[in-house]
Amino acid sequence: MPRPTVWVWAGIVSFLVLGLISSLLENKNYRWDVVAQYLFDPRVVAGVGWTLLLTVAAMVIGIVLAVATAIMRMGTNPILRGVAWAYIWFFRGTPVYTQLVFWGLLSVLYPRISVGIPFGPEFFSFTTQDVVNAFVAAILGLGLNEGAYLSEIVRSGLNSVDRGQWEAATALGMKSSTVLRRIVIPQAMRVIVPPTGNETISMLKTTSLVLAVPFMLEITFVTNAIGNKNFLPVPLLIVAALWYLFITSILMIGQQRLEAYYGRGFDGEPSQNRRLRGVSKRQQAILAAGTVHTDPNLDVTP
Amino acid sequence: MSGQPVVPMVDAQGIHKFFGELHVLRGIDLRVERGEVCVLLGPSGSGKSTILRCINEMEQISAGRLYVNGELMGLREVTRNGKTELHRLPDAQIARQRSRIGMVFQRFNLFPHMTALENVMEAPRQVKKVSKPDAQKLAREQLAKVGLTDRADHYPSQLSGGQQQRVAIARALAMDPELMLFDEPTSALDPELVGEVLAVMKQLAESGMTMIVVTHEVGFAREVADQVVFMDDGLIVERGTPDQVIGHPVEQRTRDFFAKVL
Repeated sequence: MPRPTVWVWAGIVSFLVLGLISSLLENKNYRWDVVAQYLFDPRVVAGVGWTLLLTVAAMVIGIVLAVATAIMRMGTNPILRGVAWAYIWFFRGTPVYTQLVFWGLLSVLYPRISVGIPFGPEFFSFTTQDVVNAFVAAILGLGLNEGAYLSEIVRSGLNSVDRGQWEAATALGMKSSTVLRRIVIPQAMRVIVPPTGNETISMLKTTSLVLAVPFMLEITFVTNAIGNKNFLPVPLLIVAALWYLFITSILMIGQQRLEAYYGRGFDGEPSQNRRLRGVSKRQQAILAAGTVHTDPNLDVTP
Repeated sequence: MSGQPVVPMVDAQGIHKFFGELHVLRGIDLRVERGEVCVLLGPSGSGKSTILRCINEMEQISAGRLYVNGELMGLREVTRNGKTELHRLPDAQIARQRSRIGMVFQRFNLFPHMTALENVMEAPRQVKKVSKPDAQKLAREQLAKVGLTDRADHYPSQLSGGQQQRVAIARALAMDPELMLFDEPTSALDPELVGEVLAVMKQLAESGMTMIVVTHEVGFAREVADQVVFMDDGLIVERGTPDQVIGHPVEQRTRDFFAKVL
């Protein structure tokens, strides 16, 4: 039998929640009829599509940059390490809004971009505005910013893999690229996937900032525009929120699947139980020596 | 090397190794013949494991020459203007040299995201580019040799320490090595699991594999070794047959050591 205070608190909180629900249903100002009217409006659905496209494209760019810079930072080449460090320093150190405005102004800053040898001959060139349109500027801005955050996540994932795995694989004659691809990255994914899932969900909502570029087709901008035009901002905010919640829920399912896949061989038990299950006292002592760490929550820095 | 009739499997000449200021190997000469089992004994920190790690080039030697099956390891000699220089081999060459030497680790270091079978298949697939069906066949044969046919589809976390170490041995054997290195293969095992691993190693020795074993299992050394090498403080103190080194040691340091462990 729970103590009386448990009942008291349950009662207070239930009362507050019920009050909130009843106000949502009874307050006419929410205009649920307008929400229903616009939820599947073609402009809104297209906006959802653009938001998804921005999210996926930005995350792909971010992941590629993150893996590259994480490997650069862990390597021995001082130039590569320095460049990777500076990239992370700059893109984590400035607001993503500022960066998006900057990418939108790129064609003002550089009307033409040419590819060639610095101070030397030029191979080809293009008008910036033709290639870096608002959509490209938006995914570049989001992707470059995301890469800096993901880089730290990837690095901590790679670091979490026991050095013995490198040794065993190289002792078998594998090249370091093979070791990374076949042995280290698949294990690092266990540590990388959960925070990357969070980053993806966060990115879904950060896409609303591409207004700064300006890119005006994604869901937040579209619903705001409709809401302002009709003088009904609240129901259209609710439309956007419902869509964000729907996509987030799907992303969470995907994340769970990925975690299950990369957790194979680890039995999906909580890390402590898993590590010590069926393990001898002596091995427990070895594990306790701290030369191995498998805690997925270590060193995650965003 | 073709002039010599018999090339030793391992020929280490004056090996030195520094870790920063620390002088870990202080001039090691070691010769292991083809088919020989050499057991390295000695207190912790005497440099036994470091020798193994130098032989398969996990560590670069600081001085000396190291030949495995007549091939200079990790370096190539370049004669320029009548002077012989040593250059480090490219990584791909070093990987190729390593692929012919099997290594078994104290903590097994199995790949935890792969089943036992996949662990054994991985290096033949990735390094030798063996086809998947052939690699599977090869891996099943190797697992059968270490008595783990029925554990092929288990992940390492589902195996006992002894079973994991036997998979690790099968994994190394799948590359068809000419030399096997064992770095304290039973030190992380419960006493009741040590026997099964030593039995596999003994069977391997009887099949004619050249082996260098770092261990604290003096019984194994007595029974299986052709050559026992006692090391202390980065130097080889005494070497010979098990009976000479373990049974009738000449050096005081060797006697002190065996007085403690036996």
